[in-house]
Amino acid sequence: MSTNAIAIDGLPAAERQWTETLHEWVTTVDHKKLGIMYIVYALFFLVVAGTEAMIIRIQLMHAHNNFVSPKVFNRMFTMHGSTMIFFVAIPVLFGFANYLVPLMIGARDMAFPRLNAFSFWLTALGGFLLYFSFVGANGLYGAGNAPDVGWWAYAPLASKAFSPGHSSDYWTISILVAGFGTIGASINIIATVLSMRCPGMTLGRMPLLVWLNVVMSGMVLIAVTPLSAAQIMLLVDRYLGGHFFDTQAGGSATLWMHFFWIFGHPEVYILILPSFAFISEIVPVFSRKPIFGYPVMVAATLFIAFVSMSVWAHHMFSIGMSSYANSFFTITSMCVGIPTGIKIFNWLGTMWGGRIQFKVPMLFSIAFLFQFLIAGLTGIMLASSPFDWQLTLSYFVVAHFHYVIVGGILFALFAAFYYWYPKFTGRMLSETLGKWHFWLFVIGFHMTFDVMHIPGLLGMPRRIYTYEPDRGWDTLNLIVTIGAVIQAIAILIFVWNLIVSYFKGAKAGNDPWDAWTLEWSVSSPPPDYNFAAVPVVASRRPLWDLKHPEDPDSRYD
Amino acid sequence: MRRTIQIGGLLLWRVAAAVAAQAASAPVSSTNIFAPASTPARTIFGLSMFVLAVTALIFVVVGGLLAYSVMRFGSKAADANREPAQVYGSTQIELAWTVIPVLIVVVLFLATARVIHAIEDAPKPTEALDVTVIGHQYWWEFRYPKLGIVTANELHIPVSDPAHPTPTFLKLLSADTDHSFWVPELGGKTDLIPNRVNQMWMDPARPGMYRGQCAQYCGVQHAKMLLRVYVERPADFDAWVHAQQQTAVQDATVAEGRRVFETTSCINCHAVNGTAATGRFGPDLTHLMSRGTLAAGAAANTHDQLRLWIENPDAIKPGSLMPAMQLPVEERDALVAYLETLR
Repeated sequence: MSTNAIAIDGLPAAERQWTETLHEWVTTVDHKKLGIMYIVYALFFLVVAGTEAMIIRIQLMHAHNNFVSPKVFNRMFTMHGSTMIFFVAIPVLFGFANYLVPLMIGARDMAFPRLNAFSFWLTALGGFLLYFSFVGANGLYGAGNAPDVGWWAYAPLASKAFSPGHSSDYWTISILVAGFGTIGASINIIATVLSMRCPGMTLGRMPLLVWLNVVMSGMVLIAVTPLSAAQIMLLVDRYLGGHFFDTQAGGSATLWMHFFWIFGHPEVYILILPSFAFISEIVPVFSRKPIFGYPVMVAATLFIAFVSMSVWAHHMFSIGMSSYANSFFTITSMCVGIPTGIKIFNWLGTMWGGRIQFKVPMLFSIAFLFQFLIAGLTGIMLASSPFDWQLTLSYFVVAHFHYVIVGGILFALFAAFYYWYPKFTGRMLSETLGKWHFWLFVIGFHMTFDVMHIPGLLGMPRRIYTYEPDRGWDTLNLIVTIGAVIQAIAILIFVWNLIVSYFKGAKAGNDPWDAWTLEWSVSSPPPDYNFAAVPVVASRRPLWDLKHPEDPDSRYD
Repeated sequence: MRRTIQIGGLLLWRVAAAVAAQAASAPVSSTNIFAPASTPARTIFGLSMFVLAVTALIFVVVGGLLAYSVMRFGSKAADANREPAQVYGSTQIELAWTVIPVLIVVVLFLATARVIHAIEDAPKPTEALDVTVIGHQYWWEFRYPKLGIVTANELHIPVSDPAHPTPTFLKLLSADTDHSFWVPELGGKTDLIPNRVNQMWMDPARPGMYRGQCAQYCGVQHAKMLLRVYVERPADFDAWVHAQQQTAVQDATVAEGRRVFETTSCINCHAVNGTAATGRFGPDLTHLMSRGTLAAGAAANTHDQLRLWIENPDAIKPGSLMPAMQLPVEERDALVAYLETLR
C-alpha cells in the first residue's frame, strides 16, 4: 500500500464562534462526525436508561417495597428496555460502524453522505419522541404518560382498550421513526462496502469488522422492516379502526408476537455481530497474531445471519404451539450454538501461541469471551423448549439476556471505546482509570447477573413491581441491587475517563497499538476525507506488510 | 486475569451450591422449579439436569482453555519486541471444532424432542378432571364444567395416584390481555391468550398447597395476580366439591347486608349463586369464605382485610379494577357481615 505522506490541516479552531462549530456539527455529512454524534447520543441515553434500571433495582431490593408505584415501575422497565435497545445499543454500534467502515476499506466517506445524516437525525428524533411522552402523552384522566406496556408491547395490552391515552402512540411512532433511520444507515453501509473499497481491497481482504457490519446491515433490512410494518398496523388499529391485534374484535394476539419476534430475535444478532466485529479486531492486535481461520469466521457470520432468521418463536414457547413447532424452533435455536461456538474457538485459536498484552481493551475482550460463553450456554438451556417452559418469563431469562447484552455487547463496546478512542480524539484513555472501570464493572456485573439467575429458578416472574416475602427471593434481590450500584459507579468512572482524557490524555499518535488495519495509517483524529491519496492494499493486514517488508502477508495472499 | 476467573468460578459455585441447598433442605422457596411434584414438572426436571450437565461440561472445557491461554500466553518482558509465529488457521482443527458442536446439538435436540412429545401429546385419560381457567386483569377464574363449580384464585384438584392416575387438564382462556399460568412445582408455564384455547395438565401425587402466579405481563397489577393450587386427597376433594355445589347461604340476620349487595353496583361484576347477582367481570362470591385469600392472593381473607378491600381496594392492590364503593359506614359493615356468611 502507499502511505499518506500529505498532511491536511483543518481550519484553525481558535478563530471560530461556537455557533459556527454548532452549525458545522448540525449540518455535517461527514461519516466521522456523524459517527461521533451517534456515539455521544447513545452514551447520553445509556445514562438515562441506566438511571431507570437503578429505579427498578431499588424498588426490588426487598419484598413489598414502596419506592415507586406500580404504574411508575411499569413505565421504568418499558422505557429501560426500549431505550437500551433502540436508542443505546443500535446507535452506538452504528456510530462505530459509521466511523470505522470507510476508514478500514480506504474510502473517503460513506456512499451516501446525506442519507447518512438523514438516518442519524431520524434516529435522534425517535429518541426525542419516546421521551417527549413524559410531557405529551397525558391523555384521558388516569391514563399514564410514558409507555408502560413492556418493550414488546404485546397485543392486546397496547390496544386502545387497555392502553388509553397516547403513551403507546409515542412508543410506536418513536420505534417506527428510529427504524427508518436504522434501515437508511444499513443501506448506506451495504452500498459503501460494495462500491467504495480502495484498490486491492477484495471482499476476502476486508477486515472482519467490515464483514460483520455488512452482514449486520443486511439483517437489519430483513428484520427491521416487519417491525415497521407491525408499528403501522398498530397505528391503524389505534386510529383507523383496524382490528389486526384488537382481540376484542376478533384480532390476533399471536400475530403481533410473530411480527415482533421476527424482528426481536434477529435484533439480538444485529447487536452481537458488531460486538463480534470489535473482538475480531482487538483480540488479534493484543495477541500479536492474525485472526485464526478468517474464511471460517466469515462463513460462521453468514451462517448466524441465516439461522437467526428462523429462530424467532423460541420467544414464544409458552404460547401453546404444537409439539412440531416447538421441536422445529428448538433445533434451529440450538443450531445457532454451532457458528457462535466456532467463533469462540477461533478467538481462542488467535490467542493461542500469541504474546497477549493485557491492556484495557484486551481485558474487556477476555471478559467478553468468558461471559459470552456462559450466555451461550444458558441460551442452550432456554432453547430446550420444555426447560424453557419453566425458565421463560422468569428472572432467569432476564439474567440470560443481560448476560448477552451487558456481559457480551457492552463489554465488547467498552473494549472498542478503549481501543478506538485514541483514533477518534487523538488522546489515549487513562489505563489506570480504565483498570478501575474494568474491575469494578466485572465485580458488579457478576454480582448482579450471576445471582439474578437464581430467583428465576425459584419462580420469580419478570416485570413484577413487588413480590411476596415468603418466596426466598429477598436476599438474592438485595445482592443483585448492590451489584447494580457497583456497575453504576464503574460507568461513572468510565464517563469521567472519557471527559478527562479528552483534555489531558497522552497524545496517541497515528498508531498507538501497533495495529494492522488502514484506520491506523492516518492521523488521529483522521483528516477530512480521511486519505490524501487513496491507499492500495495487497493483503488483509496492510500495515503489517508495511512494517514487515521481509515477511508480508501479501506473500501468502 | 486469574482473578476474573476465580471470581467467576467462585460465583458459579455459589450459584450451584445455593440451588442445591434449596432443593435438598427444607423448602426455602415454595416455587422452586427444581422441586417437581407432578409428572410434567418432573420430566422437565430430568431434561434440565441433562442439559445442565452437558453445558457444565462445555463450560469446564472451553472456560479451561480460555483460562489456560490467558495464563500461558501472556506477554513477557523478554520478548517484548518479538512478534510470535503468525498462524492463519488450520483446516483440521477448525473441522474438529465444527463437528463436535454439531454432535452435541443432535444429542440435545433428540433428548428435548422426546420430552416435548411426552408432555404436549400426552393422551387424556377418561378419569381426568377438566377445569377451565380464565385469566382476568388481575385474577383467575376457575370453572369446573362437569361439576358445575365456579371459583377464583385458588384451584382445588385431587391427588393423582400413579397406579390410577386422575390428572387435571386445564383449558386456558383469557377475558382480556395475555396472562400465563405458572405453578413451578407442578409444571412449566402456559399462556392464556384472548381468542386462543391452550391446554396443560398436571398430576400431583402429594397433597399440599402449591404456589404460583401470573408470569406474562398483563397490566398494572401483574405482580399481585397470585395463584394457589390445593392438591387434596380424594375424600377431601369430594367434600370440597360437595360444599361448592351448594347454593349460597341465606342468613336472615344479615338481610340488610344482602340488600346493600343486591342494590348497589356490586352485582354488575360479581355473582352469588341463587341471588340476583350474576356478574362475570369479578370473582364469583358464592363461597367467598371458603377461600384463604382476597384480591388474587394480595391479602389474607380476614375481617379487617375484607372491610379495607371494600372500602379502598387501592390500599391493597393499587390499579385493581374493583372501584372503591364509597358506602356509608353502616352499609359497609352490613355488607361485610353478609359476605362473611358466604361459606
